[in-house]
Amino acid sequence: MTEAMADVTFPTGFEDLAPWSDWVMHGERARYEKRVNSSMEELQAFYDAVFPRLQDACDYLEQYPVDELSDEGVNLLWLMCSLVTVSFPVECWRQPRVPDAGASSIDAVLEPAV
Amino acid sequence: MPHFPKPAEGSWTEHYPHLSTAPSSYADSTSPEFYELERKAIFEKTWLNLGRVEQIPRVGSYFTKEIDAAGTSIVVVRSGPDEFTAFHNICRHRGNKLVWNDFPKEETSGVCRNFTCKYHGWRYDLQGALTFVQQEEEFFGLDKADYPLASVQIDTWEGWLFVNLDPDNTTSLREYMGALGKGLEGYPFEKMTQVHKYRAEIGSNWKLFIDAFTEFYHAPVLHVRQAVNEESEKLGKYGYEALHYELDGPHGVVSSWGGMSPPKDLNMVKPIERVLRSGLFGPWDAPDIGLDHPLPAQNLANSPVWGLDSYLFFPNWMLLVWKPNWLLTYHYWPTSYNTHIFEGTCYFVPPKNGKERLAQELAVVTFKEYGLQDGNTLEATQRMIESNTPVTSFPLNDQEIMIRHLHTTVQQIVDEYATANGVSVLG
Ligand code: FES
Ligand SMILES: [Fe+2]
Repeated sequence: MTEAMADVTFPTGFEDLAPWSDWVMHGERARYEKRVNSSMEELQAFYDAVFPRLQDACDYLEQYPVDELSDEGVNLLWLMCSLVTVSFPVECWRQPRVPDAGASSIDAVLEPAV
Repeated sequence: MPHFPKPAEGSWTEHYPHLSTAPSSYADSTSPEFYELERKAIFEKTWLNLGRVEQIPRVGSYFTKEIDAAGTSIVVVRSGPDEFTAFHNICRHRGNKLVWNDFPKEETSGVCRNFTCKYHGWRYDLQGALTFVQQEEEFFGLDKADYPLASVQIDTWEGWLFVNLDPDNTTSLREYMGALGKGLEGYPFEKMTQVHKYRAEIGSNWKLFIDAFTEFYHAPVLHVRQAVNEESEKLGKYGYEALHYELDGPHGVVSSWGGMSPPKDLNMVKPIERVLRSGLFGPWDAPDIGLDHPLPAQNLANSPVWGLDSYLFFPNWMLLVWKPNWLLTYHYWPTSYNTHIFEGTCYFVPPKNGKERLAQELAVVTFKEYGLQDGNTLEATQRMIESNTPVTSFPLNDQEIMIRHLHTTVQQIVDEYATANGVSVLG
């Protein structure tokens, strides 16, 4: 299990996600970076803990326009964005990078603020 | 037996008499000399897409664009509420690059009231007129009116910005966009302001990436591990057939089915797709964009299983219009005969809530993961077609018609240019 960052909190009812708060990051570029620098065991552990909360997170996030989300809500959104990033290796390829992608990279240069 | 009907000639390729069915060569993708001709004959003469007007929302908003293939850097600015101006990014005093930040080779953007050269402080207004010269009296009869920035033709089509680097160009943008462009007029592009943009340096000729993105023949094979197993097997068995191909001058479109948004059977898709109701084909719950039926250039086969249209507007802009009301664009900017910069941009209607934001994220990341596989495969192709092998001719099937069309068009334009200018073309 990864070490939680002290100042990252989630909305009430999502306290169990606290151990995964180091996956709360702005931007797909940062999330992807963390994914390819993680082992399959780490990615699987993250997925196993967070995926079961995805539906609840969707129900929560559906209530708010993106720009009216609280800081906690934004943290939850970004955590689930990391789940999106991590789902590919876990659900399909069993390796952190897409097969046959070698060293090639496609980098986000413009992303939404939230 | 095809699943979808083909033209009376028996194939899409033979429907277009200017296309041959013979194997083709990629000498146009491995030769520095040919690339030099492409630059002159195509990139310095054709309307080039540079994105949306919404990128520069206010008067004074600008961005710079390095167009290596045309040997220049340009500045694009919103010079009035509904006016756009473009110029070569060079100061009229001693040729310094006018607009840049920290790194002279990198692109930049911002908002300003006028452009001031970093070197000696000459100033230009948003229309490019020289308005201030430091110590003007030291010059010899200098009339500021004689030194405006060198302008570049700029125009918009449906809110898309285009420039043409040929000062003698007389083809209007609208005319250039042809029947396919006309058939898309009225699409509410301006509603799709939620933008995710990606960039990659690719080790292949620019045309090879267009080749990869204008055929879906490779998809069930190269991307086999992107889908859940059962689905991969099914796709592998069927292979791929488009609903329709349509060529229009140098442009073209492939119209495709899109059974995945939403899928008929939820077991066809990955667990995360089931929860987020999104995937490769975009969020399944399409936002309302006020279009009751497809526009004339959409779903040309009039098929009930239609899912997307993938347009190539020659030379280097692709526009993918998805049935669930979102867009993807690709730009391919050559930097040498065997390298180019690829830009992929997703445009969505802004998400109404955090859940829709997540659904869009899944579509974006899926596009990126596919693109990573495609990009690396291209380097493998480029290496071999450039290498010293006896293999120099390659068959193309009917689902690869857009490739044949692209290479034929490039060859034709280069040949015409070469003849008109008395230079010889290799290959
Ligand atoms: S080069 Fe621009 S002011 Fe001198
Ligand atoms: Fe692909």
